[in-house]
Amino acid sequence: MSKSIGSNFARVMIAMLLIVCALITLTPIVWLVAATLKNPDDIFHYTFFPPIRALTLDNFRDLFHLTHFGRFMVNSVFTTGATVLVQLFFSSLAGFALAKYEFKGKSAVTGLMLATLMLPASVTMAPLYDLLYHMHMVDQYAGIIVPGAVSVFGIFLFRQAIVQVPDELLQAARLDGCSEFRIYWDIVMPVSRPMIGAFCLMSFMGAWNSFLWPQIILHHDNLFTVPIGLNQLLGVYSSKYGMLMAGTLVGVLPVAALFMLLQKEFVAGLTSGAVKG
Amino acid sequence: MSATINPAPSKAPPDAKTPSRTTIHRPKASWFSAQYKLAPYVFVSPFILLFAIFGVYPIVKSILLAFYATNGPKNQVFVGLSNFHYMFHDPDFWTAVTNTGTFALWSVFLQLPLSLGLALLLNQKWLRGQNFLRLAFFSPNLLGQVFVGVLFSQLFMVHYGLVNRILNALAPGVFSLDTKWLSDPTYVMPAIVLTSLWLYCGFNMIYFLAGLQAVDRELYEAALVDGAGPWRQFLHITLPGIKPIAVFVLVTSTIGSFQLFELPYLLLGGAGPKNSGLTVVMYLYQNGFQTGDLGYASAVGWTLAIGVLFISLIQMRITGAWKGTKG
Repeated sequence: MSKSIGSNFARVMIAMLLIVCALITLTPIVWLVAATLKNPDDIFHYTFFPPIRALTLDNFRDLFHLTHFGRFMVNSVFTTGATVLVQLFFSSLAGFALAKYEFKGKSAVTGLMLATLMLPASVTMAPLYDLLYHMHMVDQYAGIIVPGAVSVFGIFLFRQAIVQVPDELLQAARLDGCSEFRIYWDIVMPVSRPMIGAFCLMSFMGAWNSFLWPQIILHHDNLFTVPIGLNQLLGVYSSKYGMLMAGTLVGVLPVAALFMLLQKEFVAGLTSGAVKG
Repeated sequence: MSATINPAPSKAPPDAKTPSRTTIHRPKASWFSAQYKLAPYVFVSPFILLFAIFGVYPIVKSILLAFYATNGPKNQVFVGLSNFHYMFHDPDFWTAVTNTGTFALWSVFLQLPLSLGLALLLNQKWLRGQNFLRLAFFSPNLLGQVFVGVLFSQLFMVHYGLVNRILNALAPGVFSLDTKWLSDPTYVMPAIVLTSLWLYCGFNMIYFLAGLQAVDRELYEAALVDGAGPWRQFLHITLPGIKPIAVFVLVTSTIGSFQLFELPYLLLGGAGPKNSGLTVVMYLYQNGFQTGDLGYASAVGWTLAIGVLFISLIQMRITGAWKGTKG
């Protein structure tokens, strides 16, 4: 849209509107940060930040001393890390096979996967619980990691990225005596770096923020992940607002940090699935 | 990724060397061709195995389970259609359906237009600081539903909460400081919708922005020559141009809306006053898992899946028809 609405007045209005929207969006996050730094008595006394002398880190100290939050973080890091790595390896390997090989049953497998993509997770939760109960994986880390290792979405993402790798590159490596696994490891994976970044972030966000399934599978709080642990604290310490907000802030930091690291890849990966639409 | 656009790159295999290399590897040739033939099967098998056990089997099992009443994983009794009979006669189920449907309508008719509007505003060549604005609008998404639920349960607090304070400062006559966002059934749905608006507007905006940036700019210049105003440009160039991505966003965000669970569950600490925040997935969780009736959970799950599939098909049908009238 060029000059017709590009008059200076319109430009100022658009810029102002955008700034107001951005402020509205950022306000709750600023409030969250401020709330973690206030004394329990001050939390509603000052709307945002208190004067510097009233700032305190007590909420964080309480969070890690009074509760098992440290343990929740370790549990979350472990289950999320394991889920992301396993998903990444299996999805990229299978995505490579679907993109670059012809083999028996390929179209059947693809069709079956597409069909399951359309079913919401809530359909399979009950039988999956039943299955994991009989496999003795209920109330275990494995009950979260093992069923979470399958990412049909990831396979399609990688298939789409790897299809674009030129066949000549793979053929040249074969002539040089490269085994198929080395082609995957030394050529396909390095070339797909942007997609790996995007996938890791999406997979990390999904696993880290996952609530319903851990809530169903985990019963003892020494195994709790951050989201269900925080939910438990919400019931036990309902009046310790500052501490709960500290838990919220610490709980979102890993995702935020990873996002800052992988921002570019993420936006590219997010929309790559949609553009074909 | 520019090299991948051209499928015939200049990187020709080194022809002079290859014959000698293959002859050197001659003793290994049979192993080499065997691993080439087996590779795809080996590569997909770990996935296929997990997919069969944790993906396909539960789907098949859930169809059977929907006709059973269970008490925990141990006791299962065939009950035929009575799970469905009970569900369709349970007022709580219909409350959940109404709440979830209302939420989905707000998502489609309020959230998506606002996301598109934001994307249109942001898609200006002259605008400085685009990356910062885009990051700002997207940032709520980094928190996820659970953490946003906890955060907003404090923001919506009666009298002291930030939402009431700001609204009361802006329009004291309209908004009371004591508006009970989370404990008055009238305000619960608005609170959920507002929170989800804050959470997802920027997320959908990213999609719309990608769509807008793919629209051919020459079309706008041609339209200017023809004297088309901004509104007609939007109607005849922008909308058709972003249609594929808009349909994608419409369908996926509708499907997402029907999965609503974490946000109200954390915001309200459960179903809320008079079940005003009860959603279908929450109903499934409460009636299936908290009571241990996995059969009933399956029945609710399948009802939701079929309902959502049906709505998605209608949406694709309608948007497809829109394409017909355009041409």
